[in-house]
Amino acid sequence: MQDILDDIDRWRDEGERVALVRVVAVEGSGPAGPGAAMAVSEHGEVSGSLTGGCVEGAVVAAALEVLASGLPRLCTFGYSDEDAFAVGLTCGGVISVFVEPVG
Amino acid sequence: MTELFDQVRERVRRNVPVVIATVVGLDGSPPPSFARLGATLVVAGDGPSAGSLGDDALDRVVEADARRALLSGSSGLRRYAVHGAGDGRPAAAAEPESGGLTEASGPTLAVFIHAIEPPPRMIVLGAADVSAALVRVAKVLGFRVTVCDARPAFATRTRFPDADDVVVDWPHRHLAAIADELEPCDAVCVLTHDAKFDVPALVAALATRAGYVGALGSRRTHADRVARLRAEGVAETDIARVMAPIGIDLGGRTPAETALSICAEIVANFSGTPVASLRDGSGPIHRPTRA
Repeated sequence: MQDILDDIDRWRDEGERVALVRVVAVEGSGPAGPGAAMAVSEHGEVSGSLTGGCVEGAVVAAALEVLASGLPRLCTFGYSDEDAFAVGLTCGGVISVFVEPVG
Repeated sequence: MTELFDQVRERVRRNVPVVIATVVGLDGSPPPSFARLGATLVVAGDGPSAGSLGDDALDRVVEADARRALLSGSSGLRRYAVHGAGDGRPAAAAEPESGGLTEASGPTLAVFIHAIEPPPRMIVLGAADVSAALVRVAKVLGFRVTVCDARPAFATRTRFPDADDVVVDWPHRHLAAIADELEPCDAVCVLTHDAKFDVPALVAALATRAGYVGALGSRRTHADRVARLRAEGVAETDIARVMAPIGIDLGGRTPAETALSICAEIVANFSGTPVASLRDGSGPIHRPTRA
């Protein structure tokens, strides 16, 4: 969390809205445990990382939707998803992230 | 949690442990009337909780779990059964069940209990070239780094721009001053490389709960230090905690390579992974460079 605060503050100072994305559950293999966090600005800039890259693209898309709607969301990514080929964790896990606006 | 996020951020900035409890899932039909995705309760050790999950009884149960997470530092998803939803009675939280996101019987809320602990600390004693490289690598790894040296000309912000704190003081005196703050997840690196500083610094480091204590220098240097530590009355079990020569055997030479070998040893020690520590080898720690 600490590593993304400077970016969050900067975006908020620039008047951008920001979504916070946190890993809430991981099943199977995954480098980041519960509590790993990243932030996405409304212009799609990213701070921090959740998994080393496998789902970040899909997470950014979800974060932008959350910022547009203002509604928090729980998203699950992994091989069990129908769009597994698009966003599956290469390490074979399933990851649940909570996405919410923080300003 | 836009408003509460400022309270979280302020705690994180001050290195105060904080727990965020957030409703991340609603199950059962109809879901409890008070339930709102994203509802948040913030719990910290330095004051009362803030925010609400929408129900006093639920807040009380979750706050108790959050206070436990504050101590254990572990984050996870918890599921709370709720009743009274929609029938006029105040909703109340039943015994929480741990579990994943799939199982459900009756209305339940999935609450993510997110413990944010201050970063681990690294105390670098001695303001040498290796120290500057070590500070940079340690910052990349997420440590909160303090550099301490008794010489004002060496312990400067200019030389250690990445350090969180630069302290001009005798290393052993500074360690004694912060001894109570150090935890098993923290590291002390004694890089003073001179017995008259190393030995008091090691005595002070071994009196803390720091999980890693390493000291720079050759095997011969360390053999001499061990004799001096014994003379100071340091217990053999504590002397055995010292990783010296510091670092793992990477065959490196430069300050940056030494810093990498020190940090590799720290990561391995903290994860309980066996590595080729220089301490466990024999012979010169610097091999001749290959032609």
